[in-house]
Amino acid sequence: MALIKKETIQLLRDRSTLAIILVLPLVELFLFAYAVDMTVDHIPTAVANMSLDARSQTFIDALETSGYFDVEMYVEDEARIIQAIDEGEVRAGVVIPPNFAARVERGNAQVLVLLDGSDSFTVQSGYSAAVAVAQSQSMKLMVEQVAQKGGSLDSLPIDSSVNILYNASMDDMLFIVPGLAAMLLQFTAVNLTAMSIVRERELGTIEQLLITPIRPMELMVGKMVPNIIISSVGLLSIVLVGIFWFGVPFQGDPWLFGWLTLLFTVSGLGLGLLTSTITQTQRQAQQITMLLMLLSMLLTGFIYPRAPMPAFVKAVSDLIPLTYFIRIVRAIFTKGVGLTFIWRDVVILAIYGAVVMVISAVTFKKRLD
Amino acid sequence: MADNITISTQNLVKRFKTRRGGVTAVNGINLQVRRGETFGLIGPDGAGKTTTTRVILGLLKRTAGESSILGYDSMRDTYAIRERVGYIAQQFALPGDMTVMENIRFFARVQGVSRVKERQLVPELLEFAGLTRFTKRLAGHLSGGMKKKLALVCSLIHEPQVVMLDEPTLGVDPVSRREFWNLLGNLRAERGLTIFVCTPYMDEAERCNQIGLIYKGEIIACGTPQAVKKMVPGRLIEFSPSNFERAVSLVAGLEGVLEVQTYGMMLHLFVDDAARRQREIETALAAQGISCEGMREIPPRMEESFISLVRRQEEKARQR
Repeated sequence: MALIKKETIQLLRDRSTLAIILVLPLVELFLFAYAVDMTVDHIPTAVANMSLDARSQTFIDALETSGYFDVEMYVEDEARIIQAIDEGEVRAGVVIPPNFAARVERGNAQVLVLLDGSDSFTVQSGYSAAVAVAQSQSMKLMVEQVAQKGGSLDSLPIDSSVNILYNASMDDMLFIVPGLAAMLLQFTAVNLTAMSIVRERELGTIEQLLITPIRPMELMVGKMVPNIIISSVGLLSIVLVGIFWFGVPFQGDPWLFGWLTLLFTVSGLGLGLLTSTITQTQRQAQQITMLLMLLSMLLTGFIYPRAPMPAFVKAVSDLIPLTYFIRIVRAIFTKGVGLTFIWRDVVILAIYGAVVMVISAVTFKKRLD
Repeated sequence: MADNITISTQNLVKRFKTRRGGVTAVNGINLQVRRGETFGLIGPDGAGKTTTTRVILGLLKRTAGESSILGYDSMRDTYAIRERVGYIAQQFALPGDMTVMENIRFFARVQGVSRVKERQLVPELLEFAGLTRFTKRLAGHLSGGMKKKLALVCSLIHEPQVVMLDEPTLGVDPVSRREFWNLLGNLRAERGLTIFVCTPYMDEAERCNQIGLIYKGEIIACGTPQAVKKMVPGRLIEFSPSNFERAVSLVAGLEGVLEVQTYGMMLHLFVDDAARRQREIETALAAQGISCEGMREIPPRMEESFISLVRRQEEKARQR
């Protein structure tokens, strides 16, 4: 108890650090919300229309009305488009060959779409948008042709109807808020714990603590409890801002969410303890937590899906607790499902937390050497 | 083991592993500190004082030998020791972002001091250390001397039978140093505490009942300060020559001069017969046109004795 009080006093006295811990996650949330837009639209586009007929113009209009392409310039040929992409004037180009209308009649018209591959998001969005526009155009043409030949076609033979569950409007915020909350929670938990122990070691105050009858277990708990509270406050602020500012709906059971968050925080704190046993200075500890943060952003499914990752990379991400928690958070937050659907991840997370705690308790040094 | 032995070590060895083999910081130390004594472990920086203290306290693992406090083994009964011993680390090791009072309360809680006991003891200790006016100040904002006093209060809060102090007057001004030593003296007189103190300051050695001189991880002399000083044979004479460099080389070769030490612009000579050699040296130097000022016999202080004992030790090591 005395240790918890001591840690709390120290934590509260260091106002600037406390402010950073509590405010920074919100800043990051707003950054992600307004700066990171994962679907790219309004791609600046150059068009080389060598047909200059009604058909080609309709196609270009269709591209523009899709919202993904903004025609910025009209040029003569493909070479000029490549030059414009190289110079960074545009990020996409459309080449319409001569006699477009005639080829369309014959049914073998081709449009060349050039995309700036240096930005993979542009390619993804541009590619799918161009394909979609081309398909819908040819559908229309088919309907027209069939009508001209005297037949009637009320509907197309296959009409794909995609129904996106849980996030109907494909709002990025729904994807980002739960994940970001989970990631920042992990970061604060690991960072705070590792730092507070390594700092004691760096300042030498650990010596005066070790000479008291405090057991290592007590020392660990004393470090963890205030950090659990601080990280929870941080998490809560993100979740609340997410819900009330960005209008992200919370579908699931808040209590279940709370308990599992606690479980996750404990595994994060354990990871922090572990970090503190293998590092000597705050700088080293900082480096390790930064690495963990980077790996978490890239590998756990926070931004990039895990499915296409190679086995080795997946194995690495299996070692990060966020991998499991991010699935849990999205399941509860966005899908509103209960424990029956996520029990596997919950069990893994619990085992993970227990193992990390045991390892760090065993390796926690009772002596100075 | 005798009942009144408080701290004891037998052939205590501590080796540190480094990238280039190992370093033996403590090399077979034997110490016996009796109850109620103020024992001083005296030696230069890097002699192994801190390491010895930490091993005895169980903060470091010993490589070989035995060590115990109050009959509790340093390694096996670590927690029994921690409940009964107070310790002040060499550097200021209290949380600097907590106030004086918060620090004292924290250590009282951690040591399991009851609230009743705490209420009685804290004002007493604050008064004793002269910190009563500073209870609300952050520990990190205290002066060097006051930090040490706070550390002393924190290490005494659980009424230990032994306190171990690692260079408690490091970075403390002479006035505060004197005050601190007076506090230690009072503690011993009023509470019968056994005090184990490490220090590089030879003048502080004179304030201890028993001292051990430590050099390169070995105890080179042990006993009362008077006994240790008597271990150096010969009498000490002091003077300042008019030509320092030449005088140093001249006197070293003279008959009856056992050892030459320089002390500022003065020479300290250990000689076999003070009265006789005093005259001879004066004559010999006068023959070379060097005059001697203020030549007199002085009682050897710990400093001269220590330097002499270290030289002896070095010679012994060279001969081996």
